[in-house]
Amino acid sequence: MTATLFLVQALNGLQFGLILFLIAAGLTLVFGVMDFINLAHGVQYMVGAYLVAAFSAWTGSFGWALLLALPTALAFGLLLEVLVFRHLYDRDHLDQVLATFGVILFLNQGVKFVWGAAPLSVPVPELLSGSVEIANGLLYPVYRLAIIAAGLVIAGLLYVLVNHTRVGMLVRAGASNASMVSALGVNIQRLFMVVFGFGAMLAGFAGAMVAPILSVEPGMGDNILILAFVVIVIGGIGSIRGAFLAALLIGLVDTVGRSFAPNLLRLVLDPAAASQTGRAIAPMLIYIFMAAVLFFRPSGLFPVKR
Amino acid sequence: MTEIVETQSAPAPSLGARLEIVPVVLFAAFAAAPLLASFSGAEGYVLSLLTRVMIFGIAAMALDLILGYGALVSFGHAAFLGLGGYAVGILASHGFEDAFIQIPVAILASAAFAFVTGAISLRTKGVYFIMITLAFGQMLYFLATSLAPYGGDDGMTLASRSLVVGADWLKNDFTFYWVCLLCLFGVYALSRSLVASRFGRVLRGTRENAVRMEAIGFRPFRFQLAAYVISGMMAGLAGCLLANQAEFVSPAFMTWQRSGELIFMVVLGGLGSLHGAIIGAAAFLLLEEFLPEILHTVSFFLSEETRAHLAENWKMVFGPLLILIVLFVRGGIMGLLRGPRHG
Repeated sequence: MTATLFLVQALNGLQFGLILFLIAAGLTLVFGVMDFINLAHGVQYMVGAYLVAAFSAWTGSFGWALLLALPTALAFGLLLEVLVFRHLYDRDHLDQVLATFGVILFLNQGVKFVWGAAPLSVPVPELLSGSVEIANGLLYPVYRLAIIAAGLVIAGLLYVLVNHTRVGMLVRAGASNASMVSALGVNIQRLFMVVFGFGAMLAGFAGAMVAPILSVEPGMGDNILILAFVVIVIGGIGSIRGAFLAALLIGLVDTVGRSFAPNLLRLVLDPAAASQTGRAIAPMLIYIFMAAVLFFRPSGLFPVKR
Repeated sequence: MTEIVETQSAPAPSLGARLEIVPVVLFAAFAAAPLLASFSGAEGYVLSLLTRVMIFGIAAMALDLILGYGALVSFGHAAFLGLGGYAVGILASHGFEDAFIQIPVAILASAAFAFVTGAISLRTKGVYFIMITLAFGQMLYFLATSLAPYGGDDGMTLASRSLVVGADWLKNDFTFYWVCLLCLFGVYALSRSLVASRFGRVLRGTRENAVRMEAIGFRPFRFQLAAYVISGMMAGLAGCLLANQAEFVSPAFMTWQRSGELIFMVVLGGLGSLHGAIIGAAAFLLLEEFLPEILHTVSFFLSEETRAHLAENWKMVFGPLLILIVLFVRGGIMGLLRGPRHG
């Protein structure tokens, strides 16, 4: 029983970790290449979820909704870049934090304005509904497996894109030394825009993928944004590989911790106290984990060499 | 652009004398406000709003001490508000209702939390510091949401305001107002003398160039940690007052959005002037309070329905306003008061 429970929790953790990775990948690139803290990255995830909710209500098909939502999320990210973020690249981190905080306020209210404050729900696509048996007598929803698959495919594509293409090379070079890349004749402004739009699209994709299993509501991006920051800080800012490993670690630590911390504490405490402290400690685990990592490695697990 | 001023051994006297007017006017306004409030007809409302302004003024000033003078961007300062608030709430629920027990406990708890988290956070630099303070703030937030005996997510209502040596003086809104003003003034005076002392100069030196400070024989870490702890204690005091003002504590005291708001107050008022933080807190809270009404008034040419809609969605104006302020009002309100600098 415990083994199957553990398997389910591990799969949930993997799925959560991969969603976190999709968000963190864009964040860490934007951060690494442009040295820009984008708090508004979380609302791009929210916008992705809302777009898919709106388009699937309109077209009646999740697949079409996803196809329409991705370019819209990309366009939306580019619009934000042109309107706001572009003017902040040469400011200090403090200004960036504040201005993007303003973007969050605006968009959280904006989605309320357009779609209302009540949570929206998106039906799970027919093709991927239902469950499959993954071990003897253990059913797991197909859609969650699909998220895991999609996350792994995107991670693979990103790996190829960043490590084996010209754009990826420029991005890596930009993360090490943006002004040198610019001096070598690369249009760094355009590179910034590409990275930014791409990051926004990935976050939008993550939001779109989780829309059928979570409720789509204003502010849904706020907490996941903080988790994505935890991921990129643990992984080392600017490192895709670090973000990937850290995202999986955080996903597992959080999910498995929430279900097993009370059980583990029961070994040393009486059941009532154990379940109470367990529930108190579980949500803190990832932050304790992050503090521990930063204590021993102040620039994350895979610091980008500068 | 500020380099010339900062490398001078002493500030130009005319500039210094002109600037000192601001805090005097500010505190005089706070002192006169209760008298004016009794004429306004809605004195309860005015008093409670201004009390909130002063409490957030203390918290913002605490943050300014490390942000403006030490360039330490703490993105978790709301945690101290929560610590102070929960110290009051938890002690009160166990029968310790006296402010002379609650406040020292709150301040000590804040100091302990600041010491431990500061010692870890200050090992990191720049953006990692922002993120790790954010993480510690979130940690405390989630701890508060899971405190089932003390209300969990919903928070807890206080039976009454704190007692002062057994007497319920603070129940009176006027008395509470004066207590808050006294605290604000005390924290301001303390911060001013700290900033002007050798300690403050080392802190500012570290802000400018930590390596050089080390080279001339200081250990920046100790000074930064001490400043962080002092700042945390001040914010903890603000938390005690906030819990008393609202007669309610909840995890919402320490969301990361609240920490962001504190930073915004400091920047809005103008970094590194202390009274600027109070002005920033006032501007922020008053804007938040009156923006719906302002929007309703200035949109008189629209239909009533649209106006109501606009007032309801005031945050859609507030957000862009914030962005515009960051982009165009450099130096905050204090920067505007100071006027354009002469070459």
